[in-house]
Amino acid sequence: MTQIDSTTLNQWYVIQSSAALTPSQPRKTRLLGRDILAVRQEDGQATAWEVSTKGEQGQALPVRECYDYVWTTLGEPDGDIFSMPEFYEDGRRMVVCGIATVQTSPGRIIENFLDMSHFPFVHTDVLGAEPDTEVNNYKVNLRKDVNELWATECGFYQPKAMASATEGIEVDYQYRVANPFAAILYKTCPDRADAMDLVGILPQPLDETNCDIHYFMLVFDDVNSDQELIQFQQGILMQDRVILENQRPRELPLQRGAEITIRADAASIQYRRWIKEMGVGFGTL
Amino acid sequence: MIKLYDYILSGSCYKVRLMLNILNIEYEVVPVDFYPGLEHKKPEMLALNPLGQLPVMVDGDLVLRDAQSILVYLASKFDDSNSWFPDDAAARGQVAMWTAFGGGEIMAASAARLHDVLNYPFDIDQQRKSAHAAFVILDDHIAEQEIMGLDWLAGGAPTIADIACFPYVSLSEDGGISREEYPAIERWLRRFMDIPGFIDMPGVLQHWRN
Ligand SMILES: N[C@@H](CCC(=O)N[C@@H](CS)C(=O)NCC(=O)O)C(=O)O
Ligand SMILES: [Fe+2]
Repeated sequence: MTQIDSTTLNQWYVIQSSAALTPSQPRKTRLLGRDILAVRQEDGQATAWEVSTKGEQGQALPVRECYDYVWTTLGEPDGDIFSMPEFYEDGRRMVVCGIATVQTSPGRIIENFLDMSHFPFVHTDVLGAEPDTEVNNYKVNLRKDVNELWATECGFYQPKAMASATEGIEVDYQYRVANPFAAILYKTCPDRADAMDLVGILPQPLDETNCDIHYFMLVFDDVNSDQELIQFQQGILMQDRVILENQRPRELPLQRGAEITIRADAASIQYRRWIKEMGVGFGTL
Repeated sequence: MIKLYDYILSGSCYKVRLMLNILNIEYEVVPVDFYPGLEHKKPEMLALNPLGQLPVMVDGDLVLRDAQSILVYLASKFDDSNSWFPDDAAARGQVAMWTAFGGGEIMAASAARLHDVLNYPFDIDQQRKSAHAAFVILDDHIAEQEIMGLDWLAGGAPTIADIACFPYVSLSEDGGISREEYPAIERWLRRFMDIPGFIDMPGVLQHWRN
């Protein structure tokens, strides 16, 4: 593999959920093409290190536990893991949904997550339905102070917006791309008109075209069990997985002429521009 | 009410959901944390099914495991038309034969999918090879049936055999098994999706639209 750009290298990445990493269940995995091993020590500490091609224990990696996840990095991040104050709000439930293994680049995953126009066709009768296929004119802006990409004022009619929804509603969406490979969606909470539910995806790039997607929900919901919420979200991700694995090239094209983007929407174009300006080369063309 | 211990991404559970929906039977879903929680391997679920597998169906005092057995039960009890599990001895034999194929040989496609989607430690090449071998047999059979003017695996009307085979054939691409070389299978899948009461599961229709 070619050298990994510093933007990609200097990010924090989720490598396991806190709950799933126990002393008896280490996780042998990969990050950015390198073999790593995460181990929860008997004293409760989460640790991780690189594993050499011969299988020997290599360099120890920095580890953080945050938002019920275990994070590490292969570089030297400028700052902390992005902030997500909603995690600490009273009454919200953090629901860790597991890992989905998908053969594609992290950029493709984020781009698909931002793209609402696929809802009626991919998540038919759940997140969208024909003939209500219109995506209204939402706003995309780059928040320079925090270097995050936001899409706001996205409105969409959804037959079953969340697991707790019993009828179709007009849903408000906001997207937040907190770093090149982490995105959170805020959407109208079916139970509480004044609040928004969060759905987050945190792809762990195994290599340029393979990812383990860690994903979660952070919701107000007094009706559904964790299990109902998890299965709802797993179902959605499984539908996306099909689409993602069929995209060619698997890398996200950032160069002119690398792909004819017939119907790339505003969020997708801004996302590509943004990560290109940051010098992201990993998983792109 | 009938209880189905269910996991949304399980093609075996989907067999049962299909039958329940097609026969318009009311039922209650008990979602089981199959992944990541492996709840089907915990004592409470092992008490219902010592094999540690989904689906499990409970109707009153009756507890049944194995999707194929559950299909037999549901069709026998609720299908007034007697078409999904016909009485005639020869017809029933053929239905049982292809139903067993759905719970047997076709399951190699399920193993390939578990490997690719949920990281199960299977020998992926071997599973794909076995799945292709089963698909060849299925494709030949459907083509022969069509020549006889029969649209379904065990005759002129759909039966539980079609339900037992549909899920993992239609989801095969999740496990990296292409169906390009099986035109008869593709025609049969298309017919299946037109059965009144057909329902989708994540992955089925997306593959179709691609
Ligand atoms: N013979 C069973 C097999 C069902 C089956 O393979 N279920 C999968 C989920 S789709 C399962 O529970 N696998 C767990 C395991 O076998 O350990 C049936 O047809 O219902
Ligand atoms: Fe999607």
